[in-house]
Amino acid sequence: MFRRSLFTLGIIGTLASPALSGLLQAQVRLNGAGATFPNIIYQTWILTYNQKFDNVEINYQSIGSGGGIRQFSDKTVDFGGTDAPMTDSAITAIGGNVLHIPTVLGAVVPTYNLPGVSQQIRFTADVLTDIFLGKITNWSDGRIASINPGVTLPKQDIIVVHRSDGSGTTFVWTDYLAKVSPEWLQKVGRGTSVNWPVGLGGRGNEGVTATVRQTPGGVGYVELGYALINKMAFGLVRNKSGNWIAPSLESVTAAAQGAMDQMGPSTDFRVSITDSPGAQAYPIASFTWVLLRKEYPDHAKGRELVKFVWWSLTEGQAKAPGLGYAPLPKEMRPWIEARLRAVTAGGRPAWQGPAAAGTAQ
Amino acid sequence: MTTLPLEPVPPPQEQTTPSAEPRWRALRSIDRSDRIYQRLLTGIALALPALILVILGVLFVSALPAIERYGPAFIWTSTWDPVAEIYGAAPMIFGTLASSFLALLIAVPLALGVAIFLTEFAPRWLRQPVAFLVELLAAIPSVVYGLWGIFVLIPFLRSVVIPPLKAVFGWTPFFQGVFYGNSMIAGGIILAIMIVPYIAAVSREVLLAVPVSQREAALAMGATRWEAVRSAVLPYGRAGLIGAIILGLGRALGETMAVTMVIGNRHDISVSVLQPGYTMAAAIANEFSEATTNMYLSALFEVGLILFVLTVMVNAVARILIWRVARGTAVGSRAL
Repeated sequence: MFRRSLFTLGIIGTLASPALSGLLQAQVRLNGAGATFPNIIYQTWILTYNQKFDNVEINYQSIGSGGGIRQFSDKTVDFGGTDAPMTDSAITAIGGNVLHIPTVLGAVVPTYNLPGVSQQIRFTADVLTDIFLGKITNWSDGRIASINPGVTLPKQDIIVVHRSDGSGTTFVWTDYLAKVSPEWLQKVGRGTSVNWPVGLGGRGNEGVTATVRQTPGGVGYVELGYALINKMAFGLVRNKSGNWIAPSLESVTAAAQGAMDQMGPSTDFRVSITDSPGAQAYPIASFTWVLLRKEYPDHAKGRELVKFVWWSLTEGQAKAPGLGYAPLPKEMRPWIEARLRAVTAGGRPAWQGPAAAGTAQ
Repeated sequence: MTTLPLEPVPPPQEQTTPSAEPRWRALRSIDRSDRIYQRLLTGIALALPALILVILGVLFVSALPAIERYGPAFIWTSTWDPVAEIYGAAPMIFGTLASSFLALLIAVPLALGVAIFLTEFAPRWLRQPVAFLVELLAAIPSVVYGLWGIFVLIPFLRSVVIPPLKAVFGWTPFFQGVFYGNSMIAGGIILAIMIVPYIAAVSREVLLAVPVSQREAALAMGATRWEAVRSAVLPYGRAGLIGAIILGLGRALGETMAVTMVIGNRHDISVSVLQPGYTMAAAIANEFSEATTNMYLSALFEVGLILFVLTVMVNAVARILIWRVARGTAVGSRAL
């Protein structure tokens, strides 16, 4: 009985809601799908934005970067989310109708399990590469010892733990290793899943964490926000300028700042910011992107979507640190603004810039 | 006995022509609704095989690019490199079969032991509670098994079980190498625990269906209770018991979550059960959502297709086995 009345209510609701909202205001519904890494901040943005502008209904499904790119390319969603930028061939396949807009920054940190070691372990690019290539197999190896003076390293086998599921975290990690090591680039390469030379696979950040914690001598990589929230032990990494950098939200934003020289006002933002030259830059960092179309057929849709993205990149950024994401450097805003202004919807510019965004529609 | 108001149709009335007419009509209308009912049921029954064919078709079409590019070598090569787009599924096929075989090796004696104990030896007051608890194992979600595997089973294996095993059997190829924790044996044990309730429950039903006369006959010949079970009860129910084992095997082949959490997820073939491995179901679950290129996706679909075909083959072999064993015995096919 109860069930039936619920069902009836549901039907009435379904029929009535478009009619009701049509009376109030033209309701715009935006659908997105993609990367899981930025899901928490995207949902927070959507919720906050919806409280301010209730004429827009936004929906983001965290189905993974691969799924996001696929659904965006098939035009089943209005915007995509991805941790690994689309390849040139994938962009050509959809006629170049895509913009990569960075939203927040993420970083990947080396985590380890060394019983009896309380100091923070230091890593260099070479050491990390050789550990993950299976060339350094013991923690007491001279090369680890020489960069960690004063630390008594145990004579313990190194057990590498990597992600078993395809992941943007893996992409950033392997992108860094491929950038600093020609051997890694040639043998393994970069990708959301790769052919690991050594190690065990754990599913998700939590799977890697659990396996590292349960395995004495284990070393793995997890996403920074996850490591911060779970108060995990992670290492320092030496950056391009030769400084030992502790991963933090500030040093990740610094990585984007340091990499801005490679970009310019006309960049398509698909740049990798690993191994950034900035003095205080943490070297294993990356953007995460939303995928927008350059041309939207429906004007209202394009307008509201670009408005939302701009809001996320300005007001919305304040939400990022509390959730474990590094905000974009403010210096990037004019460049992003220029790209967003170029989006057309229904044959005319979708958005008139920040001044127009302030006025109520 | 109360009679329904519509029911009483006295026999004499039936013979009279005037009242036979509406009766005939009534039968006609029943016949028509019966036919609709029959067609409905036929449709439902045919929908299932049709669904299987559709799944098979979709898998095949989606896997076609990978099948065309890699050919049959996909099955026996073992490099899985999404960056270079080189795919070979041998480690996963091996891992699926090996982990399931290992699980059966552990689960079958355990489950049959439970079933025999519960039907033949347990005191009456113990039977229901133990049977209930064993079947309760089937209700635990597989992710919980996985977590339990990571936090309880693996540390226990590492500190208690594996060192003595390695000391005794370390010379055999099955116990070579360093034990990291996440391994084929951890996957096998988790799977074994997960399939015990299925095998035990069906086996118990099968053994309960063995006629008491079989036992009495054996006992009358002077057999001990163990001898009666071994020589009379088990052979009588063997078709059903094989069915129970196959049911467990089917579950083991397809299990994903718990296995991927403890097996190590490594694309490698190793005879040693201490080494990490991979299964087809785990690989699909792990890699599908982030498979960015079409060929990658297609390769995963081909893995799915292989898993599908393998499962169908296992079931077919099981059918044949049961059919051959069942000639001469009767019990068991019922339990399937």
